Amino acid sequence: MIGSSSSPGRLALERFLRDRMAVAGLVVLVLAALAAGIGPLLLGIDPDRAGDLALAPPGAAHWMGTDIHGRDLLARVLIGTRISLAVGAVGALVSLMIGVAWGVVAGAAGGRTDAWLMRVVDGLQALPTVVWVMLGMTLFEAGLAGRFAQRWPDALPVLRLAAMMICLGSVSWLTMARVIRAQTLVLRQRPFLLAATALGVPPVRWFLRHLLPNLSGVILVYLTLSVPSVVLYESFLSFLGLGVRPPQASLGSLIADGASQLNPIRVRWWLLVFPAGLMALLLAALNSVGAGLRAAFEPRRVDGLSA
Amino acid sequence: MKSWASRLALVPVLLWAVATLCFFLLRALPGGPFDRERPAASREVEAALRARYHWDEPLGRQYLRYLGNLARGDLGPSLKYRNHSVNDLLGQTVPVSLSLGALAFAVAMGLGIPVGVFSALGRNRWADATASLLTLVGVCVPVFVLGPLLVLVFAVGLEWFPVALWGGWTRAVLPTLTLGLYFAARVARWMREGMLEVLQSPHVQAARARGLGEGAVILRHVLPVALVPVVSYTGPMLADLLTGSFVVENVFQIPGTGAFFVNSFFSRDYPLMMGLVLFYCLVLQVLSLITDLLLRWIDPRIGS
Repeated sequence: MIGSSSSPGRLALERFLRDRMAVAGLVVLVLAALAAGIGPLLLGIDPDRAGDLALAPPGAAHWMGTDIHGRDLLARVLIGTRISLAVGAVGALVSLMIGVAWGVVAGAAGGRTDAWLMRVVDGLQALPTVVWVMLGMTLFEAGLAGRFAQRWPDALPVLRLAAMMICLGSVSWLTMARVIRAQTLVLRQRPFLLAATALGVPPVRWFLRHLLPNLSGVILVYLTLSVPSVVLYESFLSFLGLGVRPPQASLGSLIADGASQLNPIRVRWWLLVFPAGLMALLLAALNSVGAGLRAAFEPRRVDGLSA
Repeated sequence: MKSWASRLALVPVLLWAVATLCFFLLRALPGGPFDRERPAASREVEAALRARYHWDEPLGRQYLRYLGNLARGDLGPSLKYRNHSVNDLLGQTVPVSLSLGALAFAVAMGLGIPVGVFSALGRNRWADATASLLTLVGVCVPVFVLGPLLVLVFAVGLEWFPVALWGGWTRAVLPTLTLGLYFAARVARWMREGMLEVLQSPHVQAARARGLGEGAVILRHVLPVALVPVVSYTGPMLADLLTGSFVVENVFQIPGTGAFFVNSFFSRDYPLMMGLVLFYCLVLQVLSLITDLLLRWIDPRIGS
């Protein structure tokens, strides 16, 4: 799409770069992703290794202090950010695939198929989604985890993450499906797509060559907007103990650890403040990038974030 | 738009679908709720347990029995709390969760609506500052971050409020704020957007042209219409309030449904889990129907 200076993609990029909040959010995100990606290697501290100094406050040896087992909090926060961001990104991709497929089929087929597909979306919207994720994780833990644990015990944490990505992705595609359907309905009436249909372009090619490139802006916007919500759900699950299991850490489980150390006798603020602060920063950055992209791709639309 | 009556008729169908899905998914799991780390006392004890909870019957029969009991409003016995039925547990925990939810809802509306209104009118610096602060909280401080931070500052640091538990108004302050502030932010935002849109509309100009005072214009002609987005947001908000209450009840150790729900996953108390899932679905459906009625009352164009 990027070519001559007047292409829609280039225009959107220019609008995005003029939005200071969005660019700041992007910078924060890139830094966080770098820190989570290569930070643990540079730091060289094993996030799971217990040390002698338990509950040490932040200092020269441990920049963010240590937790109850003497593990370095900075190393754990970095690795936790990595897991939270990875689950957020992959979960959002899963929701993207389901949502785009659902929305395109509904929008392109129309008629009764469309009505039924959208009725399913309405029905799912009326149910408490988090409850389904919790049920899904229970099914995984009780059904699959036991079997895998015997054969490949090392693969279990990875499998659990994959299960979480799939569970979260499969409940957060509803908005995407709605938006894609609406956009498909509009695009379907455009002359170039009518021409493609009239010329008998096969459906797969019709979708890939003619429809998808014109949906890419919307897809990008809603992908960015669904990442923070998946990150939020993952942390929520891990906070309650239904997500990652110890010794693995995500930002949610680190916040839960910090919260469990709250008592009036000795204040260990670092255990809570560092992971919670990073979580807040990441959510702010993700949301501002999403809002910036939306403003860039849909300039006429008033910014009304759907909850 | 579907008619209200047909949506009401769909509620039992939805509950049946949810009950069926949950029942078979949970029964498909290997290992039962009676499996413990240590083996049961003896085969006889285990057989007696299975017989007591009708786990020895064929699956189809168990399913029909569950549905039959459900139709009479009986959710069956809890597996973890041996001498309690799920109905008992719901009876004890629902009032706690409802009062927490109602208080948080009151905070969300009581704070969100005025902040949204005043920041849209743009004449009050305090409202603007509160609005920006609230928006920041609403966007990037989720309930499970806000709760522990409030405890750290106001309970551990300043010692103004108790750290946890439920009962009495001092104990209610922090949980209510934790749950309410997040939604107050969302309400303020919707209210502001609604106001800004309505202030531009011709009927407001007409009211001003007729020489009405600014107060009367806002109270009679702007507010009722501007409330529409807020009221339609209450549907999704109530669902999120429910999710948030899981966390808040966990952080403050409040004995509400959320705490029992989360625990039922760890103890594999399937009847309790299913009972609560059904309860949540029912509550959300009923509340969203009420929201719908309210919307139609405010704006008769909707649904006609």
